Amino acid sequence: MARSTANRAGFRPAAFPQMARTLLAIYPQSTRRYDEMLGPGGEVRPHWKVFFEHLDRASPEKMHERLAFVDRRIQENGVTYNVYADAKGADRPWELDPLPLIIPPDEWAEVSAAVAQRAALMNAMLADLYGDQHLLAEGLLPPALVYGQHGYLWPCRGLRPPGGIWLHHYAVDLARSPDGCWWAIADRTQAPSGAGYALENRLVVSRVFPEMFNDLRVQHLAEFFHDQQDGLAALAPVDPGEQPHIVLLTPGPYNETYFEHAYLARYLGYPLVEGQDLTVRGDTVYLKTLQGLKRVHVILRRQDDDYCDPLELRGDSALGVPGLLNTARAGRVVIANALGSGLLTSGALMGFLPAICERLLGAPLAMPSVATWWCGEKPARDYVREHFAELVIKPAYPTQRMDPVFGNELEGEAREEMLRRIEARPHAYVAQEMVNLSQGPTWSRAHERRLLARPVGLRAYAAVNAEGGYSVMPGGLARVASGGNARIISMQRGGSSKDTWVLTDGPVSEFTLLKPSLGVRDLVRSGANLTSRVVENLYWLGRYSERFDDSARMLRVLVGRLVDGGGQRTPAVRSALALAEHVGVLPSPEEDGEIGEGSEHSLLEAIYDPEQPGSLARAIRSVMWSATHVRERLSLDHWHSLNRLQREQQAALKRHPSMTEASAFLDRVLGVSSSLTGFAMDNMTRDDGWRFLVVGRRIERLSFLAAALSGFLRMESARGAGSLEWLLELTDSIITYRSRYSRSPELLAVIDLLVFDGNNPHGIVFQAAVLGRYLERMRREFGDAENGELAAALEALLAWDLGRLDSLHFSESRICAASLELAGLLERLDEAANHISDWLGMRFFTHVGDVSRQTMAL
Amino acid sequence: MERTPVRYHVLHETTYDYGSPVSLSQQQLHLSPRILAWQQIEEERVDIVPAPTWRRDGFDAFGNPVAWIAFHAPHESLSIRSAMTVAVIPHAPDDLAASLPWETLRDRLAYAATPPLPEDLDAARFLFESPHVRVKRELADYACDCFPPGTPVLVGARTLMAKIFREFEFDPEATTVSTPVMEVLEKKRGVCQDFAHLMIACLRAQGLAARYVSGYLLTHPPPGKPRLVGADASHAWVSVYSPGFGEGWVDFDPTNDLLPDTQHITVAFGRDFADVSPLRGIILGGGGHEPEVAVTVTPLAAGSPGFPAEGEAAGAAAA
Repeated sequence: MARSTANRAGFRPAAFPQMARTLLAIYPQSTRRYDEMLGPGGEVRPHWKVFFEHLDRASPEKMHERLAFVDRRIQENGVTYNVYADAKGADRPWELDPLPLIIPPDEWAEVSAAVAQRAALMNAMLADLYGDQHLLAEGLLPPALVYGQHGYLWPCRGLRPPGGIWLHHYAVDLARSPDGCWWAIADRTQAPSGAGYALENRLVVSRVFPEMFNDLRVQHLAEFFHDQQDGLAALAPVDPGEQPHIVLLTPGPYNETYFEHAYLARYLGYPLVEGQDLTVRGDTVYLKTLQGLKRVHVILRRQDDDYCDPLELRGDSALGVPGLLNTARAGRVVIANALGSGLLTSGALMGFLPAICERLLGAPLAMPSVATWWCGEKPARDYVREHFAELVIKPAYPTQRMDPVFGNELEGEAREEMLRRIEARPHAYVAQEMVNLSQGPTWSRAHERRLLARPVGLRAYAAVNAEGGYSVMPGGLARVASGGNARIISMQRGGSSKDTWVLTDGPVSEFTLLKPSLGVRDLVRSGANLTSRVVENLYWLGRYSERFDDSARMLRVLVGRLVDGGGQRTPAVRSALALAEHVGVLPSPEEDGEIGEGSEHSLLEAIYDPEQPGSLARAIRSVMWSATHVRERLSLDHWHSLNRLQREQQAALKRHPSMTEASAFLDRVLGVSSSLTGFAMDNMTRDDGWRFLVVGRRIERLSFLAAALSGFLRMESARGAGSLEWLLELTDSIITYRSRYSRSPELLAVIDLLVFDGNNPHGIVFQAAVLGRYLERMRREFGDAENGELAAALEALLAWDLGRLDSLHFSESRICAASLELAGLLERLDEAANHISDWLGMRFFTHVGDVSRQTMAL
Repeated sequence: MERTPVRYHVLHETTYDYGSPVSLSQQQLHLSPRILAWQQIEEERVDIVPAPTWRRDGFDAFGNPVAWIAFHAPHESLSIRSAMTVAVIPHAPDDLAASLPWETLRDRLAYAATPPLPEDLDAARFLFESPHVRVKRELADYACDCFPPGTPVLVGARTLMAKIFREFEFDPEATTVSTPVMEVLEKKRGVCQDFAHLMIACLRAQGLAARYVSGYLLTHPPPGKPRLVGADASHAWVSVYSPGFGEGWVDFDPTNDLLPDTQHITVAFGRDFADVSPLRGIILGGGGHEPEVAVTVTPLAAGSPGFPAEGEAAGAAAA
């Protein structure tokens, strides 16, 4: 065997050795950067050897399959958490490269200890700066970097959080210099992002290379997250008998790392909430749920601290929870991280850390920070002037908007201007040495089989554990610059990310937070703890999607008749216009205008212009708005069709469509609408949330039908020829009518079908009866329900003698007492429906639609 | 110098008529006056209608009394009536030229990697940008002719105060509470808050410490004296750090171009208006709700009872 290999070596006929040579042959080595995979002599480093050889043996087909797997998983996760379901398509701040960054055990032991120390240091600094301020009194830190920062939240001064922990989770960006040493380049103390992406990367990449993952003894991440859960639970200020209730606070679906919030919330088992879901009563903060207010003990926040309490912090913040700071003062809630922790994100602090570490922890700082000069000090300013070309200028205050300025890119006047800006506000600037990041291999998607060398950095994570110390995630989010020559990796967007494999000599913990298989105990049948906001949005989704259907039908009646009749104002057109005004689909006529005039222009506005109250475009926008907030319950297909409709409407708004085009558009709207309805009725899980959606639909339809029919009965013009035909079309009942009577519509039969027939799903009695049944169910579940008024109105309607309309020749008659009476009964139902809606708002939604407002008096 | 205290009764009434019910409301009050070396509080109380569901009292990070109140039941109006009897001792300095040269003070306040003097560290809280105060080159430029080399800091501050008084016009229509200080500098118009913010910004741009003071001004001037602008609402002025001089801080009123003495009643101080706004709240519900504010300052004879009978004080409502 050995002999035969040696013999063949000269020819290299076998596929493997040839390919191996190719992979390394094209991989560019660098003298300026440390290479993660290759040693100084170009040899593969020992801890990379097994993985590299595995990679090298893989066929192009196999690698292609792996990449496809990665893409599919990422896409599926995006759909599961419904963040990519917007018009822009899949959008992820950090792409995933399948090759991990590998770190050997001994090296990680040092990094990990240094990260834990740094987290403890940051916590001690927050304790000092929001407490006794020894650091300032002893001159270890300039007041400019504390008092001068908007991130120093004065209302938090003197506030001591439970357990003396300000910093519950922390991240630090690390880079490796050409000599192989790790440096800290940025601290994240506000609401560090990326841990969820690191977790997702792990769950994907460990399945791309399952044998490697096991053989190399890669440390698992689950224990870290478990420590974090325990740490938060241990700090929770529970009253006797209470279980810690921990929530994850997100700024909402428009935030660029919303995916991560949803992903982590589900992984950690915490409800994902927005500011509006929480409410403060006295000293306590509560989650608003369908079942009532539920106390919250810990808020893991992903929202910046100054947005968290509009009462005392930023008053213009609609995202916050008014009064939250007072609950923290009372020690009744843990806010993780504590409000005010963003202060330490400033790069200007780095130069002061060694002395501060000695002072606060009594130990030297284990990991150096990138060389940093804060311009607020005269000697530093002089240094910056002399070494300008070797430095990067950055803002000293993280809240300051400024991109890093590379000294070597500025010359002449531009350079002088920058120096003048520094001179005018020296304390606002910091200069940092340019770091030559290390490089690591990434898999090229553009080539069949090639490794690229790309600059990499590592974001490491630490979290407070139940003992009050810091656990460090064995791994982290490795970040890869998009180009080969990047000077810095922006941690914002662009570039890609990697899983980080920390190897261990000891046993690998098999602990997992993911359940291997679900047991009976894990089965979830209904949405327990549905937040009021989700329920309200479902309710409005129901109402708006019905409204959008009603508006489209009303407009199609009009447009269809105008197109067919060449724009003529037949009696039927005039009566339909009048009804459209009555129900608000068309604007009410001006005071001196004639009812039912309805120009073509105003019709098109009613279809396409979202600024027009009652317009179809506005109804589409409302549907989109409420759907956005419950999008995890909608299918991707519906998203696409809703988005298409909105795009079509927006495009049409700019180029004055014809009536024929408008007619085709209305057909499409009704197509989408009926598929949405079918989805809601047939595919959505029938939990409490769904019932609110259906109640919304029924209330809206009842209200529309009652208003339309009573308006019709009261209108003189409705006696014109053809009016009953369009009324049947408007209520989607024409087919039923024809199949029953096979003759032209007559008033008695039409009213019977549209009002009294309890089997017509587009009839009044049907709506009222179904709505009544749902309210009855709510009464059983929640103890109360407001359906007395509805029941009475329905009873009165059913008691009315339909015979009074018998033998009435509608087209010939004037408005008679009987039709006015019936109209009155219908209006009573409309009113009852609206009262139910108000009651639902008060009882279940607790003013969610209401935005808090700031008031101020001098 | 005459050291007889001057006594006042102050009534500060705020009324919100919300138009429609407010279901949930939380308010932060900076209405109770702080005790100072030259200001004694004889009596003080805040009456609130309706009665709050919840209340917490304390002191803010600058040592001002603060109260937080919450209403959990629907209500259509809110009335907050703050009444106090205070005695103010004359304290305006007479020799501004005896203060430190401004550059000496500026350098003392700059960071030098050594432990700062406690009073300097205390003053450093009022040295930097804050929500309503920018520190920019344009501001330093505006003030630089008031601070020729070697000028005693308080002389420079008085010159700056006079310059602002001369060049800016009092105009309640020109600005709102959220008008940025740079816009005030450009428009040359505003009210007492704007002038205080502007003067503070100019001083901080020179590297000097200045704080924002909120309080009241005597409503009825003594016979023969001119009526002071801004008297019918809560008032705002500036305090400048000048160590070793009086209490270490000296007040300036750029709206009236004078050094506050016994006509100004201090409620609170902070970095700017945002730290000490008298009444700030968040409500759910309600319709239009411009508050009605009335401030009445009544001088009291020595020895007369602190709280005059209802309706005795003739108040003027602020615009």
